[in-house]
Amino acid sequence: MADYTQMWQGLGLDLETHSAVLDLVGKSYQDVFLTQKNRPEGMGYFDFVMSEIHGLRIKELLDAKGEGRKIVGTFCVFVPEEIVIALNAVCVGLCAGAELGFDAAEEYLPRNTCSLIKSAFGFKLAKVCPYIESTDMIVGENTCDGKKKAYESYKDLVGNLYVMDIPQMKSSSGRGLLKAEYIRFAQALEELTGNKLTVEGLKKGIEIVNNKRKAILRLGRLRAANPVPVSGLDVLLANQVYFYDDPIRFTNSVNAICDELEKRIEDGIGVFPKDTPRILISGCPMAIPNWKLPHLIETSGATIVGEEMCTGERGTRNLSDPSGETTDELIEGIVDRYMKIDCAIFTPNQSRYDHIKEMAEKYKAQGVINYTLQFCQPYQNEAMTFGKQLEEEGIPVLNLETDYSQEDVGQLKTRIEAFIERIKQNG
Amino acid sequence: MVKAGIDIGSRTIKLVLRKGDETLHAAVRENTFNTLEVCREMLNGYDYDSITATGYGRHLFAEKFSAKVISEISAFAMGIHQVYPEVRTILDIGGQDTKAISIDDAGNLLKFEMNDKCAAGTGRFLEIMAMALRFDLNEFGENALAVPESENVNSMCTVFAESEVISLLATGADRQKVARGIHQSVIKRAISLIKRVGIKGEVAFVGGVAHNIAMKRLLEYALGRKVLVPSNPQIIGALGCTFSGFN
Repeated sequence: MADYTQMWQGLGLDLETHSAVLDLVGKSYQDVFLTQKNRPEGMGYFDFVMSEIHGLRIKELLDAKGEGRKIVGTFCVFVPEEIVIALNAVCVGLCAGAELGFDAAEEYLPRNTCSLIKSAFGFKLAKVCPYIESTDMIVGENTCDGKKKAYESYKDLVGNLYVMDIPQMKSSSGRGLLKAEYIRFAQALEELTGNKLTVEGLKKGIEIVNNKRKAILRLGRLRAANPVPVSGLDVLLANQVYFYDDPIRFTNSVNAICDELEKRIEDGIGVFPKDTPRILISGCPMAIPNWKLPHLIETSGATIVGEEMCTGERGTRNLSDPSGETTDELIEGIVDRYMKIDCAIFTPNQSRYDHIKEMAEKYKAQGVINYTLQFCQPYQNEAMTFGKQLEEEGIPVLNLETDYSQEDVGQLKTRIEAFIERIKQNG
Repeated sequence: MVKAGIDIGSRTIKLVLRKGDETLHAAVRENTFNTLEVCREMLNGYDYDSITATGYGRHLFAEKFSAKVISEISAFAMGIHQVYPEVRTILDIGGQDTKAISIDDAGNLLKFEMNDKCAAGTGRFLEIMAMALRFDLNEFGENALAVPESENVNSMCTVFAESEVISLLATGADRQKVARGIHQSVIKRAISLIKRVGIKGEVAFVGGVAHNIAMKRLLEYALGRKVLVPSNPQIIGALGCTFSGFN
């Protein structure tokens, strides 16, 4: 790996802490990913991406800035990447998945705030995230109350926060709000970039992002095979990298893996033995390096065949309609697509339940693990109601509430093992 | 064929040896800092054809003793199904966790709930409270039952509950009423776990805490029904291991 010290220094990172973070992520990656057997060769791309997570990709972002492009950081799948690309800006996800700087974060946030929000503060306050420091604009969004209120103090910490409002009901007025907010966002980006929103720009943005979605959804579909040709951990990783990699290179790399997996399926090759118990995970997003639960599941004798999460099919399914002829028509198509995201902040949210069931069927899952972050009320509520409904329909469910710490690993493992034993009994 | 089951808990280690329908040997020992050494001593002099391990030390044990492994939850389900085939709901309170388990008529696991990542409402909680009240663990339950009313103990956290107990005593509260209040607070937590899995069929109460007579009585009051406690409630997990499919 090249020496990026100067680059990190230039971004104002705390070099000592940052180096400790990189070591930790590197070690964790080694233990969780590189110990997996029989991985597809194409995953080599992601090994490389991860080894350069704060290196080459940051250099690319800084090079883009050098060419006059703007970097837009996001925390949510509701931020329309199509519009960011249409204005020749670069979109990067900023969510973090490690318990870092929580003490400092708790000077701004109540203790009973979820790990996802705390880590966004922690990474900023500890000065360890080159992505945050590379941004020209950070987009906050009014999803859950935790995030909404946290952005009020995050604004002062980062200095370049833009807040987008998000509806909470899938009504026509809700849709109207989202459209108005997307137009306001486009205007803010026009101002930031000095570019004008055009039909060509939007069509290009829609094409690039749709292609990225098609590739990752294709990867998902291949997991219906028995034996599974790829581990849940590796697909989760692809879903995580989805948020910050160059979208075209990402699309090509994922499609190359899919080609390889199709061949594997033809030859009956899998990463786990045939008939390994199959689990669908559903719930809160998992940001890098939050691999705790999938690692526990896949080292306890089961495999994950789908993620109903923002870092998974909830975030990537449905395409934006590219057929509009005016910017307004194209934005309408984008709004239609995003209104289908079934985030738990919406009420009611029956389509998420339907999607969980559909995924369980499609990927032949024998059980659903509802993963919620501690203090995340929207997903915890749905875990309770959906959990009961799924059990009534004969689908075994395990509700797990956890955070970014490692202290509950032993208890989680006991529950996961018992759940897998239950699934095996069912045959 | 002698089948062995070992349940390596946080506070105690339990061993059961079975041949056909007969239990050849059952033992319970305190765990120490050297878990594997205790296991070795317990197994010393006993022959068996296969062994299955459960409890929080199961993976550690399996690495050294070439054992199969099952979760405590399945182990208790299988164990109780052998002792009381009519039971469909199990409450297990051990040293560091509390579990509610629901099983079907074949002993298969249906649903389970566990306490979260702290000692509130577990055997360790009761131990520390008994110490705070200067009760021997054996007399703790009897003393709790000696009075009809409880002092309210509100803290769920072991550390806070201990100081709450001490300040109750300092204000002249009756030691037995406080003891009863402590038992009530554990029961309250256990009931909410049981309700989450749903009560069906007969209810069994197992784990080290089931030795405590007050816990059994108060659980029966709270549920408004009889609760079955096996003669040796601590060994049910180890017993279940001897019935696991691996053995």
